[in-house]
Amino acid sequence: MDMRILTCTVNGRRVQVGYDPRESLLDTLRNRLGLTSVKRGCEVGECGACTVLIDGVATDTCLYLTSWAEGKDILTVEGLQAPDGTLNPVQQAFIDEFAVQCGFCIPGIIMSAMEMINSGKTYTRDEIRKNLSGHLCRCTGYQNVINGVERAIQIVHDSCGEQEQEQE
Amino acid sequence: MQELREVGRPVVRVDAADKVTGRAKFTDDLCPKPCLEAKILHSTIANGRVLSIDYSAALEVEGVVAVYTCFDVPEFAYPVAGHPWYADSAAAKRDQADRRLLDDRVRIYGDNIAVVVAEDTVACDRALKLIRVEYEEYPVVYDALESLKGTNPPVQERKPDNIVAHTCAVTPAEKLAEAGYETVEQALEDPAYRHVAIHCESREQSQVHIETCVSYCYMEGHKIVCVSSTQIPHVVRRVIGQALGIPWGDVRVIKPYIGGGFGTKQDVHYEPLNAWICKQLGGRCVRLELSREELFWDTSGRQPKTFDVECSYGDDMRLHARKIVAYSNTGGYIHHGHALVLNSVNSFRWLYHTNEVATHSEAYTIHTNGPHTGAMRAYGVPEGNWAAECLMGDIAYDNGWDGLEFRLKNVYTDAFVDEFTPGGVVAAHTCAVPECAQKGAEYIDWYRKRAEYANQTGPIRHGVGVSFFVYKTAVAPFALETATAQVTLNQDGTVQLQMGATEIGQGADTVFSQMAAEAIGIDTEDVHIVSQQDTDVTPYDSGAYASRQTYVSGTAVKKAGETLRAKILAFARRLSPDAPGELDLRDHAIWDGNGEKVWDLPAFALEAYYNLDAADQLSAHETINVHTNAIAGGCTFAEVTVDIPLGQVTVNKIINVQDSGRLINPRLVEQQIHGGMAQGIGYGLYEELQIDPKTARVLNPTLLDYKIPTTMDLPDLKADFVEKPDPTGPYGNKAVGETPAISPAAAIRDAILNATGVKFYVEPMTPQRLFEGFKEAGLI
Repeated sequence: MDMRILTCTVNGRRVQVGYDPRESLLDTLRNRLGLTSVKRGCEVGECGACTVLIDGVATDTCLYLTSWAEGKDILTVEGLQAPDGTLNPVQQAFIDEFAVQCGFCIPGIIMSAMEMINSGKTYTRDEIRKNLSGHLCRCTGYQNVINGVERAIQIVHDSCGEQEQEQE
Repeated sequence: MQELREVGRPVVRVDAADKVTGRAKFTDDLCPKPCLEAKILHSTIANGRVLSIDYSAALEVEGVVAVYTCFDVPEFAYPVAGHPWYADSAAAKRDQADRRLLDDRVRIYGDNIAVVVAEDTVACDRALKLIRVEYEEYPVVYDALESLKGTNPPVQERKPDNIVAHTCAVTPAEKLAEAGYETVEQALEDPAYRHVAIHCESREQSQVHIETCVSYCYMEGHKIVCVSSTQIPHVVRRVIGQALGIPWGDVRVIKPYIGGGFGTKQDVHYEPLNAWICKQLGGRCVRLELSREELFWDTSGRQPKTFDVECSYGDDMRLHARKIVAYSNTGGYIHHGHALVLNSVNSFRWLYHTNEVATHSEAYTIHTNGPHTGAMRAYGVPEGNWAAECLMGDIAYDNGWDGLEFRLKNVYTDAFVDEFTPGGVVAAHTCAVPECAQKGAEYIDWYRKRAEYANQTGPIRHGVGVSFFVYKTAVAPFALETATAQVTLNQDGTVQLQMGATEIGQGADTVFSQMAAEAIGIDTEDVHIVSQQDTDVTPYDSGAYASRQTYVSGTAVKKAGETLRAKILAFARRLSPDAPGELDLRDHAIWDGNGEKVWDLPAFALEAYYNLDAADQLSAHETINVHTNAIAGGCTFAEVTVDIPLGQVTVNKIINVQDSGRLINPRLVEQQIHGGMAQGIGYGLYEELQIDPKTARVLNPTLLDYKIPTTMDLPDLKADFVEKPDPTGPYGNKAVGETPAISPAAAIRDAILNATGVKFYVEPMTPQRLFEGFKEAGLI
């Protein structure tokens, strides 16, 4: 099939890339843009390892045709660090809480956590569980993953509160 | 317990930052795409022979490069289990060679009969659909006992009765005579004791690592390079050599980060086929990745088993004699063979052997046309533990005894030495199970809850349960245990550590770094470990399995570290011959006997590298042999809510307490416990590969139909431990990687029994089985 050109924003940068119209966004991100944090675990939306944010919404890219991404704003784990390399609060919390084992499912889970963080809301532990239920992890029993998300949300909220106080 | 500097410190994982930033590269992340893609044609029968394959139409598909069938590949048979090889001097210990790259003799549903190579996977899939296969079909057998009656032809020609192995360990006559018996049966039937017999079963669990099995191969010069997601790179190298009939040195295997293994990747799967294809195509890069569906039936799950158990026990709560007869269904191929079910019956015996005068441990491994099976976390022991704990739970329940007190009366002690292991090598040098049980009982509030949950009625009931477990560390004396570590001083005073042992997510790289730092006298942060194993670069190690690496490979790390430390101090002495007293390396410096600094370590390292008279890159390369073993143990306590009409069990609270000796890194041990508990809960309640007995076809090969626990299915998981250093471990450590997966299922079973009074014998205890059990008991 003839290739097409996708124009979208990936990790804050405008990107143009050729793709096969039958292709999933998972394959475009991995194979054409070198964003290998986006993992393939099942290719049918069961495991969540390929989750990225598309216009802020956590999405399984294996179920998302590349052509649908035209004009969209896509964020992967590669786009989370500050320009000087400082880790995002979720990344740091996952390290501090020992949430990482084999690490294969972690980028996807971090993106779902980012969706929660970006909402500006607070979440109970049960709500975090519900929001992460589309991610399968076989190493961690989710215990430290949930601790990591809880901690990141807490840290972001605390720092937002401080900023608001400073502004006052 | 002696204080150590680096061992025992909750060091942050050395791979954590790379894994949260996406920098950590797994096999497929490194593959130079686009490359050729290979996909397997699987048989659509479970037993028979391929008569012909017509792939002419497949070759016409645009993008298809080649099709190879079972009639094209070399005849070499090879073994696939991730076990050490043996030289001619111990050839009898070698694993049996029963696989070919592709085979015209079909033994399981989905057997490998041809492979398509194409420019992309779409072309592969299209071509696969166009291949026509003609078979001669034989009757299918899936039930192990049915298979024992014999099939024509046998599943494997070299095993005419379909029995892979049959073993029986029975208390010797002279020991029986001391107790006044001639046979174990007499001890079991002695009227002075109470008697119980049960039948229990454990079904096939699947590992479900989130990264699939994937490899890519290419040639460099005359060598084949295979990059693979494997737990056992050095074994893969050897098996590719055996399967292709080429020198092992012509094969280079590279293992990057891997996305979980849990035993699947302790088998060699498609690396040899991929290497062979690559060679046929002039060394072009070929990638072969299994789909999620293929993983369920084409890699090796936990062997399904049945157990017939008998026991006699006294009024004083002491076990008098036990007998277990196990049948294990290995499927069409041997893979890990009889070792798995031996682990089941051995751990059954070890756990509660303290007072027994007679035991009988018998095991069969049987070929059927079921999916081939192999290693899965804890290697047969969760199944044996299920049998042991069904028995203990029933006896305590039937007699109204406290299940905890009853278990503590019979559990192994630090005096335990397995009488059936040559040389008494399998032994508990320490035992902290009673202390573990105390911690678990406190956390779950055992005594209060047992009283509170007595005599419940109504559809919703609560219960608490317990299970103990036992596990050996590594595989001595049954198999070779050797490992090599290499440490090298850098110019800045830091150290390079190279291991053949593999990081598979369990944190091996981090604990090896800690142990090296401890031995050398530097900080863990000053150790640079090379995570990637490359058989052309990294030393030999048989790989990640058997909870062996921290114990065995750790011994090599310690020895290499100590040797490097001695070399550093000897070189410093040479540079500073007049320094008073004995030199010491600590705090990034070398000190004399008076506590005066002789060298800053970085300055010393530079001197060693570039000294005009005697420059020396100080390094140590140590190979060790381990002939010891160390029994580890622990327990699970669980609290459940049972909805009887729904057949639904909710685990509300659960704790695993581990006796794993001294912990190298408590936070990493905690990680292992969490993950193991989750797998144990899944195995207890719903994880079951369902196989159609008529066709031997797997019915649920997807993550929707084969359910592993999600965040919604698990409670908060509590991990705890009791540290008693083991005298044989390099730093007092013993097994921990697999052990947490052993006991959760049986603890949940015990909690359901406490809640409802209903005994379940088949794991997993699915809603269907629960419903049937409650109905039979008149509760529904």
